Amino acid sequence: MVSGEQTATEYIKHHLQNGQIGSGFWTWNVDTIVWSVLLGVLFLWSFRAVAKKASTGVPGKWQCFVEMIVEFVDKSVRESFHGKDKLIAPLALTIFVWIFLMNLMDLIPVDWLPSAAMYGAYWLGFVDDPHDVYMKVVPTTDLNTTFALSLSVFALIIIYSIKYKGLKGFTKEMTLTPFNHWALAPVNLVLESITLLAKPASLALRLFGNLYAGELIFILIAMMGLFQLPAHFIWAAFHIIVITLQAFIFMMLTIVYLSMASSEH
Amino acid sequence: MDINATLIGQTIAFIVFVWFCMKFVWPPIINAIEERQKKIADGLSAGERAQKDYEKAQQEIAEQLKEAKQQAAEIIEQAKKRGNTIVEEEIQRGHEEREKVVAAGHAEVEAERNRIREELRKQVAVLAIAGAEKIIEREIDKSAHSDIVEKLVADL
Repeated sequence: MVSGEQTATEYIKHHLQNGQIGSGFWTWNVDTIVWSVLLGVLFLWSFRAVAKKASTGVPGKWQCFVEMIVEFVDKSVRESFHGKDKLIAPLALTIFVWIFLMNLMDLIPVDWLPSAAMYGAYWLGFVDDPHDVYMKVVPTTDLNTTFALSLSVFALIIIYSIKYKGLKGFTKEMTLTPFNHWALAPVNLVLESITLLAKPASLALRLFGNLYAGELIFILIAMMGLFQLPAHFIWAAFHIIVITLQAFIFMMLTIVYLSMASSEH
Repeated sequence: MDINATLIGQTIAFIVFVWFCMKFVWPPIINAIEERQKKIADGLSAGERAQKDYEKAQQEIAEQLKEAKQQAAEIIEQAKKRGNTIVEEEIQRGHEEREKVVAAGHAEVEAERNRIREELRKQVAVLAIAGAEKIIEREIDKSAHSDIVEKLVADL
């Protein structure tokens, strides 16, 4: 859907621009924050509804569905993480469902919500030109979201490492592996630091890259005229797999990283 | 697409969500699931136990029934035997009674006959004496010939 005044490049750029407030570092991507918080609240509200009246009797349909997800996450956690921890399972659940919901926004045709925001703001008189309104509805196509998640996980990795191995054990691991000799400690430190830092970077970039690319293809498809309908359908059907898989991978890797951090080897 | 303050906002949102999930969402749901699993396991084992009990009871019932039938057959057999003996005894007793009654009758009749015979003999003696008196009135003395008459009477 290329409107008359826009070239294809402008259209794509417009779609890839966040709605922002502020300047410099203190710029806030309002669309990212609003949509992600909305989806997070939706997740917690709908799951809380089950949790509140969770009964051991015959469960309702929604309860069944929620329990299926919870059991799936619980099983994944149990398989990888040995030992008791109150945080990891709910953390994994939050990551999985929240990322899944954010990714799911990708399946809404790319013009619907941005157009609604654009013309809504125009008609309400907030802007003179609807094209001044920017909105990206998929929070996971924003590096800020994916890095927020992965850096939180990174912080947990360090906290768990110190909690389970002690500061000494953690330092030892950083300096005496893979080469167990004091003289090679600096080399070890560099290697281990790269390994450690690669975890959050890869987590964030993998999710971002997949979703950003998917979104971009949706935008390109949206410019194809009538032929976009079957193309959109096919890409959306394929993208469902990507969406679920990326949410699952992020969850699984979080569990694996944390279990690695909390176990001696 | 730059990293900016949104990162901080998203991190805070994430932490809050995880905290909320850990506090209010995860524990009740997982507890309910685990409790239900336990309940189902208990129910299944109870069902199995009941099945076993039922089979055992069934077997016991069959055994008891068999025993009862056997006992009933024995009792009937005994009753039949007892009935037969009672009938036989009764018949025996009837016979004896009859014989006793018959014997008593015989004895009575005999006694009566003897009494009557005695009576008759006495009367005949009297008649004979009376007849003889009539004859002998003319020719002989009563006292002189009474021994002859008595001998006659005794011969009767």
